[in-house]
Amino acid sequence: MRYSIFSLARNALSYHRKWPQAWRSPDPKPEYDAIIIGGGGHGLGTAYYLAKEHGMTNIAVLEKSWLGGGNTGRNTTIVRSNYELDGNALFYEKSMQLWEGLSQDLNYNVMFSQRGVLNLMHTDGAVDAAQRRGNALRLNGIDSEWWDQDKIRSRVPLLSVKNDGHFPVLGGLMQPRGGTARHDAVAWGFARGADMRGVDIIQNCEVTGIDVENGRVTGVQTSRGAIKTRKVGIAVAGHSSQVAAMAGLRLPIESHVLQAMVSEPLKPCLDTVITSGVAHMYISQSDKGELVFGGDLDFYNSYAQRGNFPRIEHVVASILFLFPTFSRLRLMRSWGGIMDMSMDGSPIIGKTPVEGLYLNGGWCYGGFKATPGSGWVFAHTMAEDRPHKLNELFTLDRFHKGYAIDERGGGPTPNAH
Amino acid sequence: MLLIKCPWCGERAETEFTYGGDATISRPDPETATDTEWLDHIYLRDNPMGPHDELWQHTSGCRQFVKVRRNVRTHEILETGAPGDTFAEIKE
Repeated sequence: MRYSIFSLARNALSYHRKWPQAWRSPDPKPEYDAIIIGGGGHGLGTAYYLAKEHGMTNIAVLEKSWLGGGNTGRNTTIVRSNYELDGNALFYEKSMQLWEGLSQDLNYNVMFSQRGVLNLMHTDGAVDAAQRRGNALRLNGIDSEWWDQDKIRSRVPLLSVKNDGHFPVLGGLMQPRGGTARHDAVAWGFARGADMRGVDIIQNCEVTGIDVENGRVTGVQTSRGAIKTRKVGIAVAGHSSQVAAMAGLRLPIESHVLQAMVSEPLKPCLDTVITSGVAHMYISQSDKGELVFGGDLDFYNSYAQRGNFPRIEHVVASILFLFPTFSRLRLMRSWGGIMDMSMDGSPIIGKTPVEGLYLNGGWCYGGFKATPGSGWVFAHTMAEDRPHKLNELFTLDRFHKGYAIDERGGGPTPNAH
Repeated sequence: MLLIKCPWCGERAETEFTYGGDATISRPDPETATDTEWLDHIYLRDNPMGPHDELWQHTSGCRQFVKVRRNVRTHEILETGAPGDTFAEIKE
């Protein structure tokens, strides 16, 4: 059923008790043309674009728990495309363009709000680097504006912009088309769109093995039985190393925990996204009014989906340094997600040494913004058995070939990205 | 808060330490290592989900490196020792 003002009115008459389920819960078939492991945004997006753009509808998404229960439901919902390096820049911009039409395309409101993302700069060197980055973005056709202190004061009145202290706010690089989206709705919208096109979305189905014969994928073993297929796409974020190991691969990835948290809800007070590299923080206000924020990793390997208090204290201190007025708010919730930190800070989207096995991982902190673009290029890669031009540099073997895409210049130290 | 037992200083808070990463990878012999062995050493990790041997430096204490076996699913610290210590083999 298409969602519209008329379907809303019709269902209002029946007290909203007769809405059909947004997607089916089928039993797995014995064989599919392709299987995607991981029912988060990236896996569901891949299934959606495989069905929509490539006509592959006899496919399944296998999810070990519930849809969007991993990092899709744990991030701080920030969307931006202010990447500079070849390989990253046009890929993230493609994702941004998909975001801009996503609610209409999916007939599902992902509540994409282009409220802008402002990246604060605190030293003269950082100002120079940011302005150079802004120019590089504009040369790639990506929007970017330099905001000086006066503009920031007038547009973000709660932000403390003073010319004293160790790290004064000297200015910021703004991407006006950036913003936030409703993270769960992205997973649900893609799931519904894929399901409507015939994709089987199978929850509570954990993949326990990947069958490989003569260097080629032949199927997967799951908690709900064996399933045959010749194409398997891995989109499992923090557990990429475990799933890839089922096919004998060792990845350039470490899993780390990243925490995020929300304050109690407030009246609207912050209408853009503010980030600061120096203060290690990013903050926005959700539609419910909560301030949503986060900062650095806890810095040690973890699969625990929860972190420790020293990091929470550091993030909160960073927020209060820039927004002293938030000091009287109470913290409502905090949680952790498992980041698949790659060795250069950029994702891996492409083929693997095993024929028919494709990997989509290594997203570090940045997976949410890339969700539509990632699904779009990964679907192309799986359908055509070769990468799209937009992801041809995100190869698994780029590390061994010397083509790392290190946007931050952190080197092969996963927790530095 | 992780409490890490430094073999020299005793049990201390994680904020005194700096994480030093996977302790199981060791530098290949530069005389004999192939390019692939070097690249594997730099880039590839087992990234296990369970007990993980790792290095922490006691930067705000004695500045020594400490080898820690920690369950990365629960954050439970199972064993600590000097960097050269050999821990019992991890059972699957």
